[in-house]
Amino acid sequence: MIPRWLFVPAAVGAAFVLLPLVAIVARVDWAAFPELITSEASKDALWLSLRTSGAATLLCIAFGTPMALVLARTSFPGQGVLRSLVLLPLVLPPVVGGIALLYTFGRRGLLGHELDVLGIQVAFSTTAVVMAQTFVAMPFLVVSLEGALRTAGGRYEAVAASLGAGPTTAFRRVTLPLVMPGLVSGAVLAFARALGEFGATITFAGSLQGVTRTLPLEIYQLRETDVDAAVALSLVLVVVAVLVIGLARQRSSP
Amino acid sequence: MRKLLLAAALSLLLPATACGGSDAGGSSGDTLTVYAAASLTASFGTIADRFEAEHDGVDVKLSFGGSSDLATQIQNGAPADVFASADTATMDDLVGARLTGADPEDFATNVLEIAVPPGNPAGIATFQDLGKPGVQLVVCAPEVPCGAAARGVADQAGVTLHPVSEEQSVTDVLGKVTSGEADAGLVYVTDVQAAGDQVVGIPFPEASSVVNVYPIAPVADTDQSALARQFIDFVLSPAGQQVLKDAGFGAP
Repeated sequence: MIPRWLFVPAAVGAAFVLLPLVAIVARVDWAAFPELITSEASKDALWLSLRTSGAATLLCIAFGTPMALVLARTSFPGQGVLRSLVLLPLVLPPVVGGIALLYTFGRRGLLGHELDVLGIQVAFSTTAVVMAQTFVAMPFLVVSLEGALRTAGGRYEAVAASLGAGPTTAFRRVTLPLVMPGLVSGAVLAFARALGEFGATITFAGSLQGVTRTLPLEIYQLRETDVDAAVALSLVLVVVAVLVIGLARQRSSP
Repeated sequence: MRKLLLAAALSLLLPATACGGSDAGGSSGDTLTVYAAASLTASFGTIADRFEAEHDGVDVKLSFGGSSDLATQIQNGAPADVFASADTATMDDLVGARLTGADPEDFATNVLEIAVPPGNPAGIATFQDLGKPGVQLVVCAPEVPCGAAARGVADQAGVTLHPVSEEQSVTDVLGKVTSGEADAGLVYVTDVQAAGDQVVGIPFPEASSVVNVYPIAPVADTDQSALARQFIDFVLSPAGQQVLKDAGFGAP
């Protein structure tokens, strides 16, 4: 039971979030919609976005899962600080992330010389897009999975160990299945965050059709010259976001 | 319940009235809001300072951005009194929408220049060098004025460019060059000058084939039309023109 007057600010808040979405739907030029979202540039941007976000999500799973395990199941001095630092991209403005990446992996960055010797050039490549997306999306997976790990607790793993299972077996057969819903919803959130990545990408990767110009960058570019196309593509991203939220909710609620 | 709704409605109005209050109480003189292309940042800053010095109690507020961005904001009701665009096409859009209070006047010109990082790692010397394979060239997207100019110059020179990135604004291009990510970028002469020793400019004769003209006009239904007129006259006066010339702009 909540005080009835709370419904008023709650309704105002909900309207504030929902009205802009309604406005996008209202502004769409429906007659031209199919044409607008299937132009060569739009298709390139959508396909690039899906590919890079997918790759970024896999990287988040590959590196974020072990990070979440280390944070949830072990304790060592400075762990709290480390957790805060790892989650920093959650609150960092993405453009700052882009600058940080630039001065790490860019030609004149911290690792730029080493990468150059290896013949790897990151800047202006699709790899740079994936790196920017992974940077901003990783905390979503780590937070989500660490929470699931803490909720699940270590009892089942202890039982598995007492029955003779090695750490790897226990991880594979007990821990992973136990936290799978948390992992999936974390991965879905990471995918969504990667899909919406803009600031770090435009700072670090540049913008070229089919190579680095993802859907948000395409929308940003179009809004000056072809507002109808920008609105149509915005709606596509809204729909994808709604699907992702729905998927994450379905997976996380038993 | 009704009282609560009223309170909620009033609280919605609070920010608006607060803004209005501070505006009215902040300054006793007049405020002139000037929307100007990003490339005018330094020179219009100086011009505004001089204009304020000559007009007691007048406060000039400057808002800089991509010309088309600013034009979109004005079309959506942004409170601009004067608009200075980096190209005639954008100004023509506003004229077409009947959002200018008088005929636009050209006040400056700008041409492209090649910007390279200090040391010129790719050894760029001519415009033709930009088309060489392996050169990490960054330009503006063809949709924005500096990109249209770059494309025009390349067409005139018969050079096919293969940029590694097409940026949204000239400052984005410059950023990729100053950070050393790009071997070369195509920006305006004035941008190279403003960037100081962070980049080296390489002029090229083909640049003169595409000259960007900067028009300025008062915005329709400004309540500062007299002041807007004075500001535009000041930009066109020898004093204003000298500031623009010092920044590298050409005469209109």
